[in-house]
Amino acid sequence: MENRPLEYDYTVAKLFMLTTILTGIVGMLIGVILAFQLAFPEVNTILGSGLAEYTNFSRLRPLHTDAVIFGFTLSGVFATWYYVGQRVLKVSMAESGFLMFIGKLHFVLYIIGVAAVIFSLFAGVTTSKEYAEFEWPIDIAIVVVWVLWGISVFGLIGIRREKSLYISIWYYIATFLGIAMLYLFNNMEIPTMLAASPAGETGFGAWYHSVSMYAGTNDALVQWWYGHNAVAFGFTVPIVAMIYYFLPKESGQAIYSYKLSLLSFWGLMFVYLWAGGHHLIYSTVPDWMQTMGSVFSIVLILPSWGSAINMLLTMKGEWQQVAASPLIKFMVLGSTFYMFSTLEGPIQAIKSVNAIAHFTDWIVGHVHDGVLGWVGFMIMAALYHMAPRVFKREIYSKSLMATQFWIQTLGVVLYFTSMWIAGITQGMMWRAHDEFGNLAYSFIDTVTVLHPYYTIRGVGGLLYLVGFLMFAYNIYKTMTVGRKVEESELQNASPMGA
Amino acid sequence: MFHWLEKHPFFFAVGVFIAIAFAGLIEIVPNFAQASRPVIGTTPYSTLELAGRHVYIKNSCNACHSQLIRPFKSETDRYGHYSLSGEYAYDRPFLWGSKRTGPDLMRVGNYRTTDWHENHMKNPPSVVPGSIMPAYTWMFKNIADINTAYAEQLTVAQFFAVPYNKEVPMRDGTTKIVKMGASVADANALALEEAKVIAADMKDQDVKDAVANGQIPEIVALIAYMNSLK
Repeated sequence: MENRPLEYDYTVAKLFMLTTILTGIVGMLIGVILAFQLAFPEVNTILGSGLAEYTNFSRLRPLHTDAVIFGFTLSGVFATWYYVGQRVLKVSMAESGFLMFIGKLHFVLYIIGVAAVIFSLFAGVTTSKEYAEFEWPIDIAIVVVWVLWGISVFGLIGIRREKSLYISIWYYIATFLGIAMLYLFNNMEIPTMLAASPAGETGFGAWYHSVSMYAGTNDALVQWWYGHNAVAFGFTVPIVAMIYYFLPKESGQAIYSYKLSLLSFWGLMFVYLWAGGHHLIYSTVPDWMQTMGSVFSIVLILPSWGSAINMLLTMKGEWQQVAASPLIKFMVLGSTFYMFSTLEGPIQAIKSVNAIAHFTDWIVGHVHDGVLGWVGFMIMAALYHMAPRVFKREIYSKSLMATQFWIQTLGVVLYFTSMWIAGITQGMMWRAHDEFGNLAYSFIDTVTVLHPYYTIRGVGGLLYLVGFLMFAYNIYKTMTVGRKVEESELQNASPMGA
Repeated sequence: MFHWLEKHPFFFAVGVFIAIAFAGLIEIVPNFAQASRPVIGTTPYSTLELAGRHVYIKNSCNACHSQLIRPFKSETDRYGHYSLSGEYAYDRPFLWGSKRTGPDLMRVGNYRTTDWHENHMKNPPSVVPGSIMPAYTWMFKNIADINTAYAEQLTVAQFFAVPYNKEVPMRDGTTKIVKMGASVADANALALEEAKVIAADMKDQDVKDAVANGQIPEIVALIAYMNSLK
């Protein structure tokens, strides 16, 4: 009995795989609609003017960002945790009835939370803070979901057989702690339902409404400390956790350097939080904070590139696998986009560059080369790697995966190149003066000029969505009709059908 | 040390937490008291203005419009004096935005009128040819939530000492009092009084009729808020 390999239990991982795909489709579809609304404003009334309140750009925009962050990405993080966690800690969830129950409860409450978020954002119930739009009742639900995940993480660690924590576990722990701290402090708010008028009346006004604990500049400071680092601990840290597990597994290669992973991890932890100030350059926060934000953003290149280079060098001597396997392609291009994005960000954080880039589409472009190229590619690669192992079936189609890869890569390239041009064009036009020192352009001139780039961006986003639907189809077919495989076929490279 | 940490998850987590919490403590805490002090001439929002601010937030206007004028000639030429920290002392939440798909609105009250906003919100390209902003026709029908605005006024007056019903110094040496109702009915009456002034400058008959009947459409509250941004 002792020598029998562990049977891992993927029940919860499977559930989160499902929500990764569903919320991914929803979030990206809304993104494509938004993109075309900017190019063709008629799309704002796509379901008729009667429903315009619910289909116009401003109402949909938070739905897009939150569906992609808290839906697609977080689901992906949870799905991979419930897969990777068991395997690197050498313990099965089936061994603990308690952890199994917590895992399932985590999923159920997560679904309820997602439904509440969708409903409230459509209704326009929002605090306006980016990626923290939820009012206090939903905030409480999110905290409960997060604590449940924390119990899952530390519970599994508590009953582990492998005593030494693998690199991926470091990053999952950091994700849990980072988001917990940031979310709690940024969402400090006082419900207005507690108010009592001098006449003694209570309980009037919307029960869910609240007012921020911080005002003005302080509020901005806390919000961008959160906003920037929600990116760190949602879009970087857990995705690095994934690639540290899935790339060595799929390629059969050992991590290039343990020391480099140490340096990158502790460097990233220490440096990332300082960089939030780069969202507030030339604002009313004190100058020294803005400068700190700039400087630490540049320093951040070091740990970011440390991880990315560690990944690329892991493929040393095995580069033929990049040509042979579309799954490896996703991960290698993902880390390349990670390098690209973590160089672009610090450039935008330099004060003189920020003066042009801030408030423009270049920032939007930056977010998307990171999220589409790095986060999206890595999560899809992780799910592709997991699918044969959790469903005990071969991936349905390798050629479909390869086609998807090229379509999405083209989509990402169209997206960020068009947004570069749009952003820099607009930034330069805003500041242009004529020979007499008057503004050279009215604001609307700087909007109409963007039409071609907005159109190209819409096409790029659409290509990415098409690729994502191919991914969803491929996974669905894998689950239902993929050839059944034996455990022995699941050592490294994932089995794929033609 | 690192090998040891990797075998002791609790101490590992403590180490990570210290590493990440450090920056926040040093960057955010020292500035808190100073940045929250209002500059002279900054007044709290009236009930109607606050209700309008809620309409602004409900429709995520901040997704496309900033309220932050940076200290560059091109920005002060276009939008007016650059922003001062104390001007935001009563902004909960702050509404700086992160993207200017449309122009900055920090001082829009200085150069746009009620009439301009009415036409613009109904059909933006009719006022600004080439505009990609959608129309916000439902704001002419939806009724603004005055009670919630009043509840928020009471909350900030109680918890953050926002000076309602108190003399606030103005730039010209005079003082101004922003009134807050003593009861829900009183607050609604104050808001309606303000709404009547706005509605008098508007053309939409449904809006005028609603205000005459004691109801305040969202557009009226929003315009009151826009006009207050100076």
